[in-house]
Amino acid sequence: MKIKDISLNNLRKRKGKALFLILGLTIGVTTAITLISITRMMNEDISNKLDEYGANILILPRSDAFSLSYGGMSLGGISVGTQILKNSDVPKIRKIDVRENINTVSPKLFEVVDIAGKKVPLMGVQFREEVRLKKWWKVHGNIPENHDEVLLGNDVASHLQKSRGDKLSINETTVRIAGVLDETGSQDDYLIFGDLSFVQEIVQKHEALSLIEISAFCNTCPIEEIVRQISIELPHAKVTAIKQTIQTKMDALEHLKKFSIGISIIVLFIGGLIVFTNMTASVNERKREIGIFRAVGFRKSHVVRIIFLEALIMALIAGVLGFILGEGLSQFLGPIVTGIERGKWILDPLLAASTVLLSVFIGILSSAYPAIHASKMDPTDALRSL
Amino acid sequence: MSLIEIKKLSKAYKSGEESVMALNDVNLNIEQGEFVSVMGPSGSGKSTLLTVLGGLSHPTGGTVVVDEIPIYKLPMERLADYRREYLGFIFQSFHLISYLTVIENVMLPLAITEITNRDQSKMAEEMLEETGLKGKENRFPDQLSGGEQERVAIARALVNSPPILLADEPTGNLDSKTGKEIMALFKTLHEKKQTIVMVTHNLDNTEFSTRTILLKDGSMVETNKNG
Repeated sequence: MKIKDISLNNLRKRKGKALFLILGLTIGVTTAITLISITRMMNEDISNKLDEYGANILILPRSDAFSLSYGGMSLGGISVGTQILKNSDVPKIRKIDVRENINTVSPKLFEVVDIAGKKVPLMGVQFREEVRLKKWWKVHGNIPENHDEVLLGNDVASHLQKSRGDKLSINETTVRIAGVLDETGSQDDYLIFGDLSFVQEIVQKHEALSLIEISAFCNTCPIEEIVRQISIELPHAKVTAIKQTIQTKMDALEHLKKFSIGISIIVLFIGGLIVFTNMTASVNERKREIGIFRAVGFRKSHVVRIIFLEALIMALIAGVLGFILGEGLSQFLGPIVTGIERGKWILDPLLAASTVLLSVFIGILSSAYPAIHASKMDPTDALRSL
Repeated sequence: MSLIEIKKLSKAYKSGEESVMALNDVNLNIEQGEFVSVMGPSGSGKSTLLTVLGGLSHPTGGTVVVDEIPIYKLPMERLADYRREYLGFIFQSFHLISYLTVIENVMLPLAITEITNRDQSKMAEEMLEETGLKGKENRFPDQLSGGEQERVAIARALVNSPPILLADEPTGNLDSKTGKEIMALFKTLHEKKQTIVMVTHNLDNTEFSTRTILLKDGSMVETNKNG
């Protein structure tokens, strides 16, 4: 017989108490794992949604010319010098290794045109891509579907006193206003949007692009890697991650993460408290037994080992059970709570190992005081009959 | 040199504001192979003497030397080793571990040694045979009679062949017939040169011992050689 046999026999004999303690810690671990897994699902979902919401990568031609600004973004020397971004650059972006992370690619041509004696900025876009990128757009009327249709920013429409259905002459070409944007509070309020190929045609800049905006999923792949790969494909372009947008997304996700960690800590603390109170009560109940151990020659460290070993066994069981139940619950509850479709379950070995280790850590930590208290018991107090 | 040498031993307890002298200037030598009975009224200090001798309770004054080792000069953990190597304890209420079987209870002092499980079982089985418990190895303490439980406690106390056996009222919880059987077992142990120090209330038990010590108010008032 060794010390481990004493611990195992005690757990076997006091099944009820051991089960209660395992249950307490299992509930704590299960809750933590459920929260972590659900938060992870939400994180992924929110991250993808945030990635879809606006551009996070900007591609400009390399130029030493003075900068223009578009929504706080530098447009480089787009109005001067040679246009070196071309339509043919767009498919190259879709060829990078991490292309599955590319959500939307929106090429643009920017020009200032004269309308009824007024200088107005005109932007050629692919409306299908632009609408995907700017989910916040609200249009009075329709998104242009035909070649000779345009969309007016709110301020431009007021300034030119035009509304949907009206006609407009740009560079001697008559176009129909398909719709007017609701006020966005951005540079879009001051722009006229036309079909990219149409704008390229009327400003006589065939195939030319001023910039390309990209919305990329940077949840599974760092944005820096996407930027690096695009830069290799387009050596003549300056590829920049829009740090502010990314930072905002990261901040939002960080808040969610912190919240789930906070709740997990509270729940695990309660689990630890259950172990602590039970172990303390168990040690007090076993006073006489500890006295016997000491009387037959057990050292204090032997008594500590018995208590710790019991805690270790129970915490191991609770860790494994908690992980399995937590993962199961999150698979079941996740879609109900978050409305996110359940994906294929994949075992995360790191999470599994961390869970068991954390459970063991809590079990041992919560048993430290009772174990030390037990070892310090006066054997004569413990053995009252002596 | 005696196996046990107790000199000017005193032990004071705090009882509220007062200090009670449980042992007062006790001097006692016990030789190897002696069977000593300690008698006295309740509160005379018998059990205190046993706990001090057992390395379980530090004395207030004096020395306890066992096999030339001043035991209370040993560090705490070495004192535990002393208990394991030199002593076997038998308690009035048996003090068996309820969740361990008979054989596991007997093996308890061996659990912290390097002795293999196989050898531990062999040693425990031999002790159980000697104490008349063969065939009851896998029972739990609550499945045994009082006399059988006392025998398990004796087997546990002797399994690692300690030089000294300390017994506190070994027949206190037993009927007279079983008590006599246990004392007969003590007699056999003594015949095998086992040193025994036994605290008892029962005068009949002292006839098995070689010497009887009488304690009163913490002091040794009488010591008689028996037989």
